[in-house]
Amino acid sequence: MSETGIGASVKRLEDYRFLTGRGTYTDDINQPGQTHAYILRSPHAHATINSIDTSAAAAAPGVVAIFTGADMEVGSLPCGWQIHNKDGSPMAEPGHPPLAQGKVRHVGDQVAVVIAETLAQARSAAELIEVDYSELPAVVDMNKALAGGTLVHDDVADNLCYDWELGDEGEVDKAIAGAHHVTEIDIVNNRLIPNAMEPRAAIGSFDRATGEYTLYTTSQNPHVIRLLMGAFVLQIPEHKLRIVAPDVGGGFGSKIYHYAEEAIVTWAAPKVGRPIKWTADRSESFITDAHGRDHITNVKLALDESGKFLALKVNTKANMGAYLSTFATCVPTYLYATLLAGVYTTPVIYAGVKAIFTNTTPVDAYRGAGRPEASYLIERVVDRAAREMGIPQDEIRRKNFIPRDAFPYQTPVALEYDSGDYEATLNSAMKNADVDGFAARKAASEAKGKLRGLGYSTYVEACGIAPSAVVGSLGARAGLFESANVRVNPTGSVTIFTGSHSHGQGHETTFAQLVSETLGLPLDQVEISHGDTNKVAFGMGTYGSRSLAVGGEAMMKAMNKIIDKSKKIAAHVLEAAEADIEFKDGKFTVAGTDKEMTFGEVALTAYVPHNFPHDTLEPGLEEQAFYDPMNFTYPGGCHIVEVEVDPDTGVVKVDRVTASDDVGRVINPMIVAGQTHGGLAQGIGQALLEGCIYDDNGQLLTGSYMDYTMPRADDLPNFSTSNEVTLCAHNSLGVKGVGETGAIGSPPAVINAIVDALSGLGVTDISMPATPQKVWQAIQGAKAAAE
Amino acid sequence: MPTVSMTVNGKSVSGEVEARTLLVQFIRENLGLTGTHVGCDTSQCGACVVHVDGKSMKSCSLLAVQADGAEVTTIEGLANGEELHPMQEAFRNNHGLQCGFCTPGMVMSAVDLANNNKNPSEEEIREWLEGNICRCTGYHNIVKSIKEGAANM
Repeated sequence: MSETGIGASVKRLEDYRFLTGRGTYTDDINQPGQTHAYILRSPHAHATINSIDTSAAAAAPGVVAIFTGADMEVGSLPCGWQIHNKDGSPMAEPGHPPLAQGKVRHVGDQVAVVIAETLAQARSAAELIEVDYSELPAVVDMNKALAGGTLVHDDVADNLCYDWELGDEGEVDKAIAGAHHVTEIDIVNNRLIPNAMEPRAAIGSFDRATGEYTLYTTSQNPHVIRLLMGAFVLQIPEHKLRIVAPDVGGGFGSKIYHYAEEAIVTWAAPKVGRPIKWTADRSESFITDAHGRDHITNVKLALDESGKFLALKVNTKANMGAYLSTFATCVPTYLYATLLAGVYTTPVIYAGVKAIFTNTTPVDAYRGAGRPEASYLIERVVDRAAREMGIPQDEIRRKNFIPRDAFPYQTPVALEYDSGDYEATLNSAMKNADVDGFAARKAASEAKGKLRGLGYSTYVEACGIAPSAVVGSLGARAGLFESANVRVNPTGSVTIFTGSHSHGQGHETTFAQLVSETLGLPLDQVEISHGDTNKVAFGMGTYGSRSLAVGGEAMMKAMNKIIDKSKKIAAHVLEAAEADIEFKDGKFTVAGTDKEMTFGEVALTAYVPHNFPHDTLEPGLEEQAFYDPMNFTYPGGCHIVEVEVDPDTGVVKVDRVTASDDVGRVINPMIVAGQTHGGLAQGIGQALLEGCIYDDNGQLLTGSYMDYTMPRADDLPNFSTSNEVTLCAHNSLGVKGVGETGAIGSPPAVINAIVDALSGLGVTDISMPATPQKVWQAIQGAKAAAE
Repeated sequence: MPTVSMTVNGKSVSGEVEARTLLVQFIRENLGLTGTHVGCDTSQCGACVVHVDGKSMKSCSLLAVQADGAEVTTIEGLANGEELHPMQEAFRNNHGLQCGFCTPGMVMSAVDLANNNKNPSEEEIREWLEGNICRCTGYHNIVKSIKEGAANM
């Protein structure tokens, strides 16, 4: 293994600029003549707008322009995935105007934009806008929404976006009816607010000389924004629309989507003839960044006498919020129900999913997206079944694992897993967690009056999103390939243009390692360029742990084309047959001779082609490739969490977190561990701390860091992480993806550990987030029931 | 409008500001030092931490006029030329950053801790970081970085 190639923990190449304050995030950019936008937002969850009087605001100091929905009649913010109902009819797809058209549907809905010389002036002027609202009753609770009455969209009956199913309900019901044992739980997957540390921002400008629009934006996928905003909302042709996503301070899904503010500043730029900058403050982020999760589910697991799973039945209600965000509709369907087999051989599975509109912020993918919801309910119900049947937690899992020699494995819910070894990750996690020593630690806790519990989660997820043919057949309105362009410069350095986008993942390092390994170059000869639609040919962006498995493969394909072309050049110069040229360690040699050319010499020759036979050999050395994966990738693993509960206060201390994950081949172990740590923190955050709460009027009660509990350093322990490797069977690198595993696997392990700690008291369930209050109440409830 | 003068990263600077201007706005907008970030509006996240007269402060919670006459150090002033400060080096060495947005505040905060405690325990570090939120790293590598950085300062 080289020190800079695959498998090396190379220190990140991007760190210098971030550590010295020289990163360039969107809000760091200022353009000559720039104005500032402030968005006036609805204070009501549901209201009719009778009139908007902007006259006083327009006369306020510094105001350049004010626009309302009446001014901005453009296309609707589109949804990228069409789901069909059980009966074959398409989902309800109400419009989503960037500025409200006569009605507001959630607190934070955009009502008007004030553009002024300074942000302070824009903000002050916005206070002078008089909006006459007629408040309407709000519907927040999904069950109430389904009962009809108050409609978020007048033309969507019972607030039902779709009623979708997967599997044969009759067959599953039959298996459940005949089973030895059935475990049933009602599960809530709590609503989360993503909270990337960099608030969203956008700068729109228009160059009258060229007719080109430019949008700087905090996006995980600039080309997707160009396509959605250009083609659907503003009708700007792509060759006149440049989107730049520079350094982006975290995304976790929330920066995938096309947001109203991007369209507003781009649309308004030519109208005011100056660049317009908008930056969210954190309060705006809380009410406008797409939220995550928010499922209510009933799950039934049927087992035979030995604890073997016979059937799984799931009915889920999924909150869409007030409008359909870009990928909202695929999260509770194709990213969720298709994962319900988990790591088990359950033969029949049924999922029914109702997606529901409410007067809340739109909900969409957040780190894991659908897969955390699936793994949470599977691992909760498996844990409960094991307790009810008196089977040890590891044993019930081993009994039902898809065996390592059964791959490729076709699940009953559409997916075909290509590789995995769930025993291996369970074994290594149990060893690293020192499960053998748990009894002694439990006794020590008891001696101090504390309750200790151990929780398991064995999970699989589907990422490396995604084979276009598959997702297309399931309703995706896009292909999910990736592009890469490899430009070899005349002196032998390489610039790679990738359609992936890095916002913390360390692509500039990991991708450079691929180049170093493949072309034999030192890292300082490699530049990874991303995030600018005028530089990168095309890209579908970064989400669903796809950057390496899809974007990296595109790069490999393009580099292989470079090697092929270089061999032609070397064969010509060295006067040998092309078939006799070998490439190794950055050198092209004629097999069996000492004749050789370095990569740099080939590059220079390509650009100084003094004696090229131009009919058979083109000058230059640059190649493009598109890669569309054959299948999803399937990382999996085992997370074991150990908690200590103080029964007097309900405080849960997370004492040990052990993750053994199979993410396929590891390119940079340091970065892979870092990704796992971050995912674990978000998963533990969901399990213990984070919960988005609306009151019955649709007011967000957890709208700041004073109210929404972000995981802080002293909420978390150090993590034990390790990797077992089975290679992905359908890509050349054998990679699977690591971005989301931590957030997918860990929440059920935390809750199962708390249930384990409290099981002696008779507690069988605790919902997320397991706050001290909830845990204390569960303890008191169990004690009262026992008396 | 009031005029404020202060020393920022060893240089004397002054500017006219509205009285309501926060120190972080003065640093970012008047001085163009955009390494100091704004991540919230309730003084919780710590992305804006700088040193004011040698102590770490959230620059979103001070008015620019309150820093009149002060010695301010921002993340841009920490390295010695091209040579990273030991705390910056430790963050790089231990993968203590991912997206980089909270990083300037984390590093400035950590330097203040280390100035007063050469050998902080893991628990002391985690407690000290109560005012700095990171969404990417799960803090594991930040804690490691600070331990190493403090030892090397």
